[in-house]
Amino acid sequence: MPATTEATEAAEETAGAPGAAPVGEALRPHAEDAFADELKALAAADDRPRPACWRLSPWAVATYLLGGTLPDGTVITPKYVGPRRIVEVAVTTLATDRALLLLGVPGTAKTWVSEHLAAAVSGDSTLLVQGTAGTPEEAIRYGWNYAQLLAHGPSRDALVPSPVMRAMSDGMTARVEELTRIPADVQDSLITILSEKTLPIPELGQEVQAVRGFNLIATANDRDRGVNDLSSALRRRFNTVVLPLPATPDAEVEIVSRRVDQTGRSLDLPAAPEAIDEIRRVVTVFRELRDGVTTDGRTRLKSPSGTLSTAEAISVVTNGLALAAHFGDGVLRPGDVAAGILGAVVRDPAADRVVWQEYLETVVRERDGWKDFYRACREVSV
Amino acid sequence: MTDGATGPLLLGVRHHGPGSARAVRAALDAAAPAAVLIEGPPEGDALLPLAADERMRPPVALLAHAVDDPGRASFWPMAEFSPEWVAVRWALDHGAAVRFIDLPATHTLAMAGDPTWTDGEGEGADGGEADERRHGLRVDPIAVLAGTAGYDDPERWWEDVVEHRGTGAAPNGPPATGTHDPLAVFAQLADAMAALRETYGHGGHERDLVREAHMRLQIRAARKTHGDGIAVVCGAWHVPALTTRTTVTADRALLKGLPKVKTGITWVPWTHRRLARHSGYGAGIDSPGWYGHLFGAPDRPVERWLTKVAGLLRDEGRIVSSAHVIEAVRLAGTLAAMRGRPLAGLTETIDAVRAVMCDGSDVPLDLIRDRLIIGDALGEVPDTAPAVPLQRDLTRLQRTLRLRPEAMERDLDLDLRKQTDAARSLLLHRLRLLGVGWGEPAAGRPGTGTFRESWRLRWEPELHVRVAEAGVWGTTVLAAATARAESDATSATALADVTSLAERCLLAGLSDALPVVMRALADRAALDADVGHLAQALPALARSLRYGDVRSTDTAALGGVATGLALRICVGLPPACTGLDADGAAEMRGHLDAVHSAIRLLPGPADAGTGGAAGSGPQDVAGRWADALGRLAGRDTVPGVLRGRAARLLLDDGRLAEDEAARLMGLALSPGTPPAEAAAWIEGFVGGGGDDPGGGMLLVHDERLLGLVDAWLTGVPAEAFTDVLPLLRRTFSAYEPGVRRTLGELVRRGPAVDGPARAEAPVPGFAAELDASRADAVLPLLRLLLGTEDTDDDELLGAGT
Repeated sequence: MPATTEATEAAEETAGAPGAAPVGEALRPHAEDAFADELKALAAADDRPRPACWRLSPWAVATYLLGGTLPDGTVITPKYVGPRRIVEVAVTTLATDRALLLLGVPGTAKTWVSEHLAAAVSGDSTLLVQGTAGTPEEAIRYGWNYAQLLAHGPSRDALVPSPVMRAMSDGMTARVEELTRIPADVQDSLITILSEKTLPIPELGQEVQAVRGFNLIATANDRDRGVNDLSSALRRRFNTVVLPLPATPDAEVEIVSRRVDQTGRSLDLPAAPEAIDEIRRVVTVFRELRDGVTTDGRTRLKSPSGTLSTAEAISVVTNGLALAAHFGDGVLRPGDVAAGILGAVVRDPAADRVVWQEYLETVVRERDGWKDFYRACREVSV
Repeated sequence: MTDGATGPLLLGVRHHGPGSARAVRAALDAAAPAAVLIEGPPEGDALLPLAADERMRPPVALLAHAVDDPGRASFWPMAEFSPEWVAVRWALDHGAAVRFIDLPATHTLAMAGDPTWTDGEGEGADGGEADERRHGLRVDPIAVLAGTAGYDDPERWWEDVVEHRGTGAAPNGPPATGTHDPLAVFAQLADAMAALRETYGHGGHERDLVREAHMRLQIRAARKTHGDGIAVVCGAWHVPALTTRTTVTADRALLKGLPKVKTGITWVPWTHRRLARHSGYGAGIDSPGWYGHLFGAPDRPVERWLTKVAGLLRDEGRIVSSAHVIEAVRLAGTLAAMRGRPLAGLTETIDAVRAVMCDGSDVPLDLIRDRLIIGDALGEVPDTAPAVPLQRDLTRLQRTLRLRPEAMERDLDLDLRKQTDAARSLLLHRLRLLGVGWGEPAAGRPGTGTFRESWRLRWEPELHVRVAEAGVWGTTVLAAATARAESDATSATALADVTSLAERCLLAGLSDALPVVMRALADRAALDADVGHLAQALPALARSLRYGDVRSTDTAALGGVATGLALRICVGLPPACTGLDADGAAEMRGHLDAVHSAIRLLPGPADAGTGGAAGSGPQDVAGRWADALGRLAGRDTVPGVLRGRAARLLLDDGRLAEDEAARLMGLALSPGTPPAEAAAWIEGFVGGGGDDPGGGMLLVHDERLLGLVDAWLTGVPAEAFTDVLPLLRRTFSAYEPGVRRTLGELVRRGPAVDGPARAEAPVPGFAAELDASRADAVLPLLRLLLGTEDTDDDELLGAGT
């Protein structure tokens, strides 16, 4: 099942250092291959107790994700830029027998963190179930090889294990992407696996028991909660960690401009020299509306219903660049991003429009150097 | 404590540290001293027996204040888990003598008012007094020790090394009691502090030298009486200084010539919330609730703590099972192990609660955070404790303002232009804010201006209790009212509450509290999506602006907030006016009128103070308001009554040309409009607004509009006429009889012959032409009024017409 969803791509961007450049045949190597050297160095330097079947101690896993320098001088690049607390809770959860649920809006590096956690804990991040509205129970439990089944009858040879089943029998970390997109009845097949740690196979009168070291990381988009909300029975089996949006404006501006730069090149857009000011402005608008308070902390704002994630800021700027390149003078102007911002902010035509108007009138209008932007927004808003 | 057998037992503690408190109790039990000396003001000695009173319940604070100036005060807060409190209670329970040995408050308070001593009282690790200026370039001894041990957070280091010791080293395990020497920890701490003091000297706490000299003298005196069997409980920082061998003469010399001030001292009830405050009189403890729990829990503190959390979450309606608690305990323990801590602390348990019980979200956690981590413990003090300084301040004010507290009810009329009366009004308003209901505002005599105020005064005996309770907010009426108002503003949820609070703050002259209140007001306004709420808040604000003028308070901040509120209303109004039913529309119409008159009271950007239709550019609020009204008037989905009202308000302000008004009316009354809707429009347009029942004069003066109404009315189909009739009757019956009569005559005469211009036919009571001679008669008076002696008649005539 392909792991490169849109969320993964956005996640990589949020996650900071991209690490070693892809080499060899794979377009995108797995985490455990791309960072094999770091994992090896960590394993060598790690003298703390390791839970059963773990490749590293919890401390070393946290170091792998957050970065650091080992006693022998090996530099571990940070895979996740964010609060240390979050990573520590996530790693510790995996060391208990509770499963880990990573929540966050799109573009907060959920998939990226889950992949690296699995790589560091089990040395294998490929035991993956991609959740969709059509994910069948077989993807979580097991399927059958029908040719075998018809020829020889039910047997273990005719059984096709799911990634979760393989992780159970080998004491590895399994991953479930977009858990809340999976239909509720399929989700619930996880309950026995997580609480009893066994997977019965009634057709054969057998069961697979999880080996020590088995655990599961699920990711879910918390804007999608309503889609297929977890039953409370299943929810109780998870410790939940919410991955936040970038903490500082500078970090977010950096993520946006880097990503815009890459996209721009792949779309053959000419580089816009003064785009950084406009990017900063877009990020500021997004952050202020998202947080419900202005950057200087003086004015409270209403928040619109949209996510206003980093990923959306990226698309607004990319769009603006395309506008500037094809229809403008090649320089990113306030007018080029205004319409995009309006589209991102006003999702609900009634309530969000008021939010946006208030923001324009009470914040943007007063701000020094934002005259052009105000005018551009007024033009597209009316 | 290397010479425990020969010298006094020195117990260095962290103030308000539960682990220290436990250790102090163990050490006192082990050593059983004959006397206990505690770092605190010696004036408090006389009040110590009160601590044994069963009605005394911590948290409480020892409060010393200058008798002449109750605003100058120091607090020594003590919670149940404060080592000082534990020591006091131990001594009282075991019949040991107990004394306070710090520098007397009579000196420290005098120093606080004396510029030569403004280096302030050292707080840092040793706590005790409050002093806002304490955060200078001083050494925080705990921070240095923690840094040496590789911790970035001094609090965490102290907790790991000292506080969590008493509960045993094994995480989640039962506390190890009696397995280690209860005195050893104090000895080690004293050694560490001694090393620090060698390096840093007094570490910037210059006054400490004086305090320590005083403590040494007191210890010597106690040894004379009680021998070596004495224990000293003081901040760990002071321990090395107390063992230093100095001469009595040297110590006396240090204490010579200290300033003095007459001091009163008493116990006051305290709260955990105040312990948590960093500034002012708080003790700067972030988590008194957690400390209280650590001290109070007999064993398994983490398990008990998380069970308590689960209980609180259940009270909030969240489903939390025992399995959740089990998982949270395990996660907290594992986290602590991974972070290398001996026992899960507050951070670990909260992380675990968030991940296990709250789905990773802070929202449910915030619901219980206050009750859990800070705790809502409220102390109690027996009645026998001396009066609080707030009471003294009140008595002083009552004397100077000649307002005697009397049980008889009596009325009081104040003229705010007089200084004494203004001060009386301020006092009464402040007391009301504090919940001391001595005076209730009475309805003023009709016709009195804004400078008059009527009160009904009555002093009930229980008001003394109210004053004592209010003592927690401050030592003077002004300071207490300010603190109370600020606290109320931050905890208020409804916009209207904050607005009325702002109004009361202005009345009570609490200019220091205003910024906080304004801030809260702006925040609530920003988050309130209901334009109706905003519209209700604005008139009160506009009123406050006027009061502010009368009382010459600074209302710049208020004006800013009011303008912001008005802008938000302008933005939110048009969408809020669509899809309303008849009742909703009627309510909104009231809002329209109220906001309209309120906005006229707001100061314009350039010409503050003139009010009215200030400025004309789109920049000012009045302009924005006009825009909003214009949009309302022209939008089909807005109920007729609102459209009509908006058009009328614009017309009255001269922002809508008469032709345009006629066009709008024609549109609203055109045959395509349902008759009921059109009648509603008429009600809005020519109906009386609020305090102005004479809306009908417009029709008298503009016959074209009357003609339109007339033409529409005759065109209403017979079957619809009965529906329309009540609406029209409601509109026109509100007119003054004269207006109604004139209208009737105009209608009977029929439409004016001469087209669209004003009626040529004489309005009853007026001639057709101007009577020049009668008009000239007013000129001399007019000249006098305008003060334009030498202006020629023509100009005046121009102005007159």
